[in-house]
Amino acid sequence: MMGQAEHPWLTVAGLLIGGVAFGFTPLALAWLWAKVFSPQKPGVEKNATYECGLESKGDSWMGFGASYYLYAIVFLVFDVEAVFLLPFAVAFTGLSLGACLAMLVFLLLLVEGLVWAYGKGVLAWV
Amino acid sequence: MADDLKELKIELSKNGIFTTTLEELYNWGRKNSVWPLTFGLACCAIEMIATTMARYDLARFGAEVFRPSPRQADLIIVSGTVTKKMAPQVVRLYNQMPEPKYVIAMGACAISGGPFRDGYNVLKGIDRYIPVDVHIPGCPPRPEALIHAFMTLQKKIDEQALAGATRPRHLQKDLPSEFPVPEFGEHDLEPPQNSSVFHEAAGNPLKVIQ
Repeated sequence: MMGQAEHPWLTVAGLLIGGVAFGFTPLALAWLWAKVFSPQKPGVEKNATYECGLESKGDSWMGFGASYYLYAIVFLVFDVEAVFLLPFAVAFTGLSLGACLAMLVFLLLLVEGLVWAYGKGVLAWV
Repeated sequence: MADDLKELKIELSKNGIFTTTLEELYNWGRKNSVWPLTFGLACCAIEMIATTMARYDLARFGAEVFRPSPRQADLIIVSGTVTKKMAPQVVRLYNQMPEPKYVIAMGACAISGGPFRDGYNVLKGIDRYIPVDVHIPGCPPRPEALIHAFMTLQKKIDEQALAGATRPRHLQKDLPSEFPVPEFGEHDLEPPQNSSVFHEAAGNPLKVIQ
């Protein structure tokens, strides 16, 4: 009682220590068990990165084709367009002139991207 | 001393007092949560799949968690014909599994080459390269046979000592962690068998077919 009055945080400190011990004791026991009964036995194959029985060939530090950015851009144009066009069409009759203009400007920006892609010849069927 | 303790344990259990050892408790946990590798080779694999499904339900034995990675598996069920092309991969997969690990050779092909024994491209038993714990004959063995093999393996795990001369491989420091992977030679796999694992029975009539 005396200690409690002098150090009001004593209970909290006790709880903290108890809580940390509650968490760490099982971990420590597991570590100890692994140390004694399941010692590590590494090997070249066991430590290999690829794990499907086959040996990996070549180097993983290789260049990736950057030409796929075009797909990303065209996807973005059509995807974003579809996502915003549907609510635009649903709410069209109730929209104010400002909102309608804002939407048209947004559409213009996306169509600009489409025109750019067309000009670049991305949409040509190969 | 050990017998005395065993008797005492039986005596206590008669009086409703359950005693156990750390080793028994550990092995009890281990044998009831064996994680097999998702790994099938031929028609036996279909029976293995059936074993895991509702009708035969391998989950009753705690072994329904088939792992897609050898890193998380305790048991490799060699289910089917091991061709010489596939053998190095099987050994490599076994090498990549963490200790302690077990092998069930399922079916005639996996234990001896089976009907394809005379074939130029079939390995005459996976026990030539990795230590097999349980062999199951049959072509293919029924799911019941696989379950029986699994129960045999559980019994084996249960009896494994953690200390002493009979302790498992991974607790013996001088034993290597990996088995040599065979390579493709001019006519056959090199080496044709791992002599530290494979012991041919004396007077084996099949010895001439190498």
